[in-house]
Amino acid sequence: MSKPTNQKAWLLVIPVVLLVAFNALIPLMTVVNYSVQETFGNNVFFWEGVKWFEQVLNSSRFHEAFLRQLAFTGTILLIEIPLGIAVALSMPKKGPWVSVCLVLMALPLLIPWNVVGAMWNIFALPDIGLLGRTINAMGIDYNFTQQPLAAWITTIAMDVWHWTSLVVLLAYAGLCSIPDAYYQAAKIDGASPWSVFWRIQLPKMKHVLTIAILLRFMDSFMIYTEPFVLTGGGPGNTTTFLSIDLVKIALGQFDLGPAAAMSLIYFFVVLLMCWIFYTLMMRDEEQ
Amino acid sequence: MRLKSWLLPTIYIFFLMLPIYWLLNMSFKTTNEILGTFSLFPINFTFENYIKIFTDPTWYNGYLNSITYVVMNTVISVTVALPAAYAFSRYRFLGDKHLFFWLLTNRMAPPAVFALPFFQLYSAVELFDTHLAVALAHCLFNIPLAVWILEGFMSGVPKELDETAFLDGYSFPRFFIRIFIPTIVAGIGVAAFFTFMYSWVELLLAKTLTSVSAKPIAATMTRTASTAGYELGLLAAAGTLTIVPGAFVIYWVRNYIAKGFAMGRV
Repeated sequence: MSKPTNQKAWLLVIPVVLLVAFNALIPLMTVVNYSVQETFGNNVFFWEGVKWFEQVLNSSRFHEAFLRQLAFTGTILLIEIPLGIAVALSMPKKGPWVSVCLVLMALPLLIPWNVVGAMWNIFALPDIGLLGRTINAMGIDYNFTQQPLAAWITTIAMDVWHWTSLVVLLAYAGLCSIPDAYYQAAKIDGASPWSVFWRIQLPKMKHVLTIAILLRFMDSFMIYTEPFVLTGGGPGNTTTFLSIDLVKIALGQFDLGPAAAMSLIYFFVVLLMCWIFYTLMMRDEEQ
Repeated sequence: MRLKSWLLPTIYIFFLMLPIYWLLNMSFKTTNEILGTFSLFPINFTFENYIKIFTDPTWYNGYLNSITYVVMNTVISVTVALPAAYAFSRYRFLGDKHLFFWLLTNRMAPPAVFALPFFQLYSAVELFDTHLAVALAHCLFNIPLAVWILEGFMSGVPKELDETAFLDGYSFPRFFIRIFIPTIVAGIGVAAFFTFMYSWVELLLAKTLTSVSAKPIAATMTRTASTAGYELGLLAAAGTLTIVPGAFVIYWVRNYIAKGFAMGRV
């Protein structure tokens, strides 16, 4: 689709640019400012150059939090994307049940994140929680406040519970946009359900799935509130993801320099990944 | 085959409802009963927790605060995103692609990165602890999202619509309000749903930017948990009530979502 060039279109964009710039540029510059200086309080700052960046990049604490974050994001993507597609494929296409399914499935998406954490906390506690009680009754020793593995599984189960519906909604939208003619043609050709999925449904869902993966990647990479409320980053540091670690350094220890340097590295990594996704997506669309 | 296809969504929805049921169950118990006995149903059914929330201003003000800034944010985000999305979907202009990506990058900024600078910025402009501060701060991630969604919907509307209207002598603002907006109302519904959702569930920035008079309900819950010991029943009731506005919004936009999803690229 060719679009006419019109510089006046900038006028329509200005309000958005001003509002977002106010929120984005000023705080970002503050972070950049902190990241190259040292302070001993009283608003006295000393130039430190790239010292904080070197310190953060060389610290094993940052490496561990980063690997933990990658493992978490990878795991939830591997579970949520296929599960979301499977649920969307088996949902009814028409009828009154569609609304019921959509409304019930969207429910977890609209619960404040700390309530999600608190809800899973009381759901999974071994003494008062339904899940914790049930697992222990089955003879498995389970206590997510003390066992690292149990904490991991609970955190992942919570995220799957919380966000798979987003993938379902998007995948379902993609499926709904496939014209009936495609299915009829497949029927005439005698295509198996499997080849209908690979040749018709998956290619047609490609665009919405890219959005789903992008959104899930970004959100899970910045996850803070839910695991913080559920496990507090523990036991030990086993569920301390990047954001949790960052807030610990910035607001807990008030080490502004290292925290700011870490923020920028963190932001840069997310940016890089998203740029790759975005470029792939745009190239796809132009074809 | 028919039966099998029902199975997966049913199991999935069952799994989704379990923790919510448990929260609801606890909200009708007293804290002593929660800690003392384990039961699938409340034995001494009580409304005490809900009554406390609806009569104590520190609790119900939390809800009013949250709803106020969320609605403000949704209105601001969608209003400014509409013309911008139109510009992106219809025209090429200097730096359009870079600008679009820059907007998206803000959707990717971890709120934890911005918490402290936001506090300083909004204190400096004397908006700290107002609803407007939170509404504006949430624009950081909601405006890019709204622009992104609306742009997708607008690109699905044929350009002939605009051209015909301009030939008929419509001015741009009149065309936009009278013809274009009604055409993409489903897209606006979807965009409003997502902005509402992300503003309603976000807590880190909302908590950082408020102290008393604009404190969100979710933050009231955390404070109560730490000062008054764990009043689990009360906490569960407050949690249950935070689901209610979301449920209303989903119910209200459910047709737009089905229809909007089907017509747009989203």
